[in-house]
Amino acid sequence: MSAELSLIGPILAAMLAAATPLLFAALGELVVEKSGVLNLGVEGMMLVGAVCGFAVTVKTGSAPMGLLAAATAGAATAALFGLLTLGLLANQVATGLALTLFGVGLSALIGQAFVGIPLKGLPKLNIPGLTDLPVIGQALFGQDLLVYLAILAVPLVHLFLYRTRAGLVLRAVGENHAAAHALGYKVIRIRFLAVLFGGAMSGLGGAFLSMDYTPMWAENMTAGRGWIALALVVFATWKPLRVMLGAWLFGGVTIAQLHVQGLGVGVPSQLLSMLPYLATVLVLVLISRDVARTRLNAPACLGKLFHPDA
Amino acid sequence: MNRRTMGKTLLGLAGAAAVALSVGTAAAQDKLKVGFVYVGPISDHGYSYQHDQGRLAVEKALGDKVATTYVENVPEGADAERVIEQLAASGNKLIFTTSFGFMNPTLKVAQRYPDVKFEHATGYKRAANVATYSARFYEGRTVVGAIAGKMTKSNVIGYVGSFPIPEVISGINAFTIALREQNPKAEVRVVWVNSWYDPGKEAEAAKALIDQGADVIVQHTDSPAPIQTAQERGLWSVGQSSDMTRFGPKSHLTAIVDDWNGYYIDRVNAVLNGSWKAVDTWGGFKDKMLFLAPYNPAIPADVVALADQIKADIMSGKRHSFQGPVKDQSGKVVIPEGKSATDEQILKMDWYVEGVQGKVPK
Amino acid sequence: MSLIRLEPRGQASQAMVYLTPPLAVVLTLMSGFVLFLLLGFDPMKALHAFFIDPVSSRRGIGELIVKATPLTLCAIGLSIGFRANVWNIGAEGQLTMGAIVGGGLALAFYGHGGWWLLPLMVIGGAVGGMAWAAIPAYLRLRFNASEILTSLMLTYVALLLLNFLAHGPYRDPDGFAFPESRLFEADAVMPILWAGTRVHLGAAFALLAVVGGWVLIARTFIGFQIKVIGLTPAAAGYAGFDQKRIVWLALLLSGGLAGIAGMGEVAGPIGQITPNVSPGYGFTAIIVAFLGRLHPVGILLAALLMALSFIGGEAAQIAMGLPKAITGVFQGMLLFFLLASDVLIRYRVRFGARRAVA
Repeated sequence: MSAELSLIGPILAAMLAAATPLLFAALGELVVEKSGVLNLGVEGMMLVGAVCGFAVTVKTGSAPMGLLAAATAGAATAALFGLLTLGLLANQVATGLALTLFGVGLSALIGQAFVGIPLKGLPKLNIPGLTDLPVIGQALFGQDLLVYLAILAVPLVHLFLYRTRAGLVLRAVGENHAAAHALGYKVIRIRFLAVLFGGAMSGLGGAFLSMDYTPMWAENMTAGRGWIALALVVFATWKPLRVMLGAWLFGGVTIAQLHVQGLGVGVPSQLLSMLPYLATVLVLVLISRDVARTRLNAPACLGKLFHPDA
Repeated sequence: MNRRTMGKTLLGLAGAAAVALSVGTAAAQDKLKVGFVYVGPISDHGYSYQHDQGRLAVEKALGDKVATTYVENVPEGADAERVIEQLAASGNKLIFTTSFGFMNPTLKVAQRYPDVKFEHATGYKRAANVATYSARFYEGRTVVGAIAGKMTKSNVIGYVGSFPIPEVISGINAFTIALREQNPKAEVRVVWVNSWYDPGKEAEAAKALIDQGADVIVQHTDSPAPIQTAQERGLWSVGQSSDMTRFGPKSHLTAIVDDWNGYYIDRVNAVLNGSWKAVDTWGGFKDKMLFLAPYNPAIPADVVALADQIKADIMSGKRHSFQGPVKDQSGKVVIPEGKSATDEQILKMDWYVEGVQGKVPK
Repeated sequence: MSLIRLEPRGQASQAMVYLTPPLAVVLTLMSGFVLFLLLGFDPMKALHAFFIDPVSSRRGIGELIVKATPLTLCAIGLSIGFRANVWNIGAEGQLTMGAIVGGGLALAFYGHGGWWLLPLMVIGGAVGGMAWAAIPAYLRLRFNASEILTSLMLTYVALLLLNFLAHGPYRDPDGFAFPESRLFEADAVMPILWAGTRVHLGAAFALLAVVGGWVLIARTFIGFQIKVIGLTPAAAGYAGFDQKRIVWLALLLSGGLAGIAGMGEVAGPIGQITPNVSPGYGFTAIIVAFLGRLHPVGILLAALLMALSFIGGEAAQIAMGLPKAITGVFQGMLLFFLLASDVLIRYRVRFGARRAVA
């Protein structure tokens, strides 16, 4: 029994790391959706961010430059989406999916020159004494710096959305763009900025994978994490704190099922691998039962096109 | 490949295309056109990459006698048949289909193109114009199993698996037999990631195994992520498909490297001189279809000597990876003393030997 | 004030409905020309390989239809839901369940087949897809759980289930423990509709779905309700439409059609159960549905165009060694132009400053 118990610390630590790319991307998408825009291109933006972060780090030798490049590249990809959906009023769902196809191809094209190159990961926090604490030491005080950054972003996004004027305006635009427009707010501009932020966060999520989690570039290395991030926003009923809990739940179950396999439980691995998805559905069902509260959180104008003259 | 050579290659390809156009079909007909179908991107630096190295070796060795074409990222489903047929229809006379899932599509197309020769990797169905080939990857696993047995301190080996197919399971078994020959107390724990290439998942699996006490990480997946994870934790690892030393110089003990170069050159030559036959080739160390990446300098000399001896014994036939007595997990003797596993037993393997934890997923 | 701006048309332009797709294709060709030129490939040859080579033979046209078949089936079903604001994005999973159930029947009756087996498999495929889609429908109506999340998560579950079955219970007993089922017997294989190609009965189902989808939306009261709910949910409530029924209908219909598509893949061009049945048809179908502007005929054309862009990408790889990555970028560009040009249907492009409002 104690052998299994001693795994709790490592599972917690691994869970926090596994949740990080999801957290970055989902927080970004949450802000986008709160402004009333649905961008399904998260996977594509993560990949472009991943490859650009990696490439710039390799070329310049500077990880901060790499992260900056990843955020910029993610935002640039998102700008394309913004241009099409906000400027030219293209359908958001289809454009987002097309953005993913495009991002997969573009990142592979950029990445051709960077395949098979090793990179040193980012530094880890190490506080002598604290990091060595039993069970929680590694999980709380021994993570990569980006893990803390992602967690720090949760209260920041929350404060921005609910405690600042800009956040209020952003939510108003997402709730009722016609009214916000009538009040003189620049709906398109606000949404465009939100889309850029979403892209930058997706880019960082991708860069966490390519620069830190598994420091290398490989085609399609996000392996569907962008889709999970999208689902987490829905899971969280558009609340930042719940995004974090969702990412931890998903990451935690993912890690736990790997441990269960390692311990030699006689259940086929494919069935164990279903657990993170099933757990997410189950918890969503439990928290969605309160109809009124869930409805209040979904931005009313999500996915709807807006034109000032319409 | 760096950016500059990439640019050169692109220019070269465009140039070649232009030349082919201007010279016309006569020149093209003199060349043997050879097609390759890959399941992954050639940039995977693992399985498909090694096959593409073989294609490049053919081009290098045979120069203007051949013209090669490849299609990468071909899904193993309804699309494969179209791609293979497209290659046959566009004049390729020899086509290598390099993944197991291409087996039935290859046979279907081969029926319609009797004058085209096909080579299918890792399958078991042949026809008058379909040959099969594979490497005895398990021979490499025997050698690394012995090395791991000598290097482990915790006596727990973590094994990151892709899919529970015979190729992977026979690898786990060959590894475990050799491991426990050196170190009877050692055990193998397997985690399946249900993917050939998912760096994040592979790293998570390696971490889980390490947290459960493994101090050597072996993988039968294609990305270098498990190596990186082991390096970060200061533990040992064994690479797969290609030499992954640079991803974990301190950790990487060695890697089992696929080498199709010699085979591909031989088979193209066989078509050129008319001696090609639809045979099955299952080559090991002896046939140079696999080799071990350079040993980590940290491996003690006596362990290197042991590994080299085992390899030499496999090549000379003195030793077999599945030499009886081999017991399954229940302790039942499956391969009796004095015998070794038949090829069919290895090809069909769906049980674990003693020393592997857990059950084969069925 | 920008010099170029969009001005809404009073009415959607019918002319633009037909003019924008060719315009988008011309723009794609031009930018593709530049892209290929920049990357050092002969642009004319690349464009030829992409758009002309695949459709210049009977086999090529057949392949186009084979690939458009599952896309059309899935997209028709999805479009009904999207019109009614039912966001099923799990067609891939429903397709997979159709393959699992339909293909499972082929294996269960292996050696005991008859003329009845294939019809049974079609029904099984539809039921499998519907059952999988019923879960999000039930969870949405009973527990208010978003179908976006549940249908997507269930897709991963279905894919893993297929993987498990192919490695275990469905495995060919004489197949050297490789993860593939037996090849289906003749009774369990979709008949070929066009000799010399792989065009199978599924293509006829797809056409039926196109017609049926059109009739449903344009000629039935249910179709009217769907349109009203999609446009003004509140009005639908006042009118007393049963929204629950629409959710069930939309999900069961799209699940059933996706299931038939999946069954058609395993009983058609694949001919057995393999661990990977679909290269993402269920997801691509979402693009197809919107590219076709949720209209059945538009969907059919969009499915053919998407199929062409995939097959063209392969042809370009074979003909001139164009890496797969470039074909992905090119495909994305094509979609961007098509989606963006839609704006001309509802808006006019005006140059110069805004007119003063009278």
